[in-house]
Amino acid sequence: MTRMDTHPIEAPATAPSAGGTSLHRFANPGRFLRLSGAVLPWLTAAAVALTVAGLGWGLLLAPTDWQQGDAARIMYVHVPSAWLASAGYFSLALASLFSLVWRHPLADLAAVEIGPVGAGFTALCLATGSLWGKPMWGAWWVWDARLTSVLVLLFLYLGHIVLVRAFDDPVRGYRSGAVLALIGVVNLPIIKFSVEWWNTLHQPASIKFTEAPSIAPGMLWPLLIAAIGFSLSFAAIVTARLRAAVMERRIRGLLLARAVSR
Amino acid sequence: MTRKSRRLTIVAVCGLCLSAAAGLVLTAFNDNLVFFVSPSDIGKTAGNGRTVRLGGLVEPGSVTRGDKTSAATSFRITDGANSVPVTYNGILPDLFREGQGIVALGALRPDGTFQASEVLAKHDETYMPKEVAEALKKSGQWKPESGAPPPVNKARGG
Repeated sequence: MTRMDTHPIEAPATAPSAGGTSLHRFANPGRFLRLSGAVLPWLTAAAVALTVAGLGWGLLLAPTDWQQGDAARIMYVHVPSAWLASAGYFSLALASLFSLVWRHPLADLAAVEIGPVGAGFTALCLATGSLWGKPMWGAWWVWDARLTSVLVLLFLYLGHIVLVRAFDDPVRGYRSGAVLALIGVVNLPIIKFSVEWWNTLHQPASIKFTEAPSIAPGMLWPLLIAAIGFSLSFAAIVTARLRAAVMERRIRGLLLARAVSR
Repeated sequence: MTRKSRRLTIVAVCGLCLSAAAGLVLTAFNDNLVFFVSPSDIGKTAGNGRTVRLGGLVEPGSVTRGDKTSAATSFRITDGANSVPVTYNGILPDLFREGQGIVALGALRPDGTFQASEVLAKHDETYMPKEVAEALKKSGQWKPESGAPPPVNKARGG
């Protein structure tokens, strides 16, 4: 009521409630479409350039490992996709938090769109790891803490993908998916620290915040560039999907309005 | 309290309870979450021919490859403090060498030797080109049979 009193002209009864608080400024789907439309071409170009540069350098030019030979090159795909599997889940959980607590309309859609992309990167991480494991370890798969916790992450993604689409009322799907995504956050520190808390067959992290990396510089640089390229690719894919989802929702709203008015 | 802050509180409380529960479960199952046991701990877990995984470094100078009379390879797995003799009849992974970390699946026999049915190589987190490895060996900063190499970047900078 007070809102209507202070903005008697600006706030028509049918307008969405977005645009009030500072947080909701970014939830406005129209503003999101304008902003992302301007950013997306540049983001896509940078993502493609860095991914191609990182992978080309890593897979073709970087030196071979003294012990593993060319098989070590699989890390230029494996490590960035593993980072993105975890970071993607973190962004899914963040979107879920905004969806659940602040009922952000854009966060609902973001969570739906992040799921399949994150699942793809997780599957890539598991597949490349398996291909490396057979020649190096002597096994495609072992049930150690790191591998098992990443497999659980893949199942969390798949569960979320199914759950958000399982209800006739999309809002119930968003809420249930958000609860599942937030419960799954427990898995993220387990993945990260599994190689330190328990002895595993998977090696510990080569790149740490606290120590010098145990990768030679000639191999570290292409890895970092590939990782940035993968991250930008993830962001670009999610942004493009989210734009499509927002537009789809608008079109559906317009069609519905037309059908009602007839 | 607005509805938003109530929802936030509920999420925070649920998160705390969930992390506490997960922490307790992981602590309780700590012994079962390890992938392998060390030579020092194997006496505690591997009684009565139970199948376990034994992990450690291949002790330098302990490897006897199979010959014409028997194909079995025998070597010792050490963790620095204790070592266990291992016999294995099968194909070893490419990374198997003295000083290399490995994990063997098998059981402890009454005579104290470990009969392995599977041997996996454990790669460490060090990645370096062949030339750097050669340079480190030549300068005597690292002997491959005595364990993991020193940090690459420090060695390179020096």
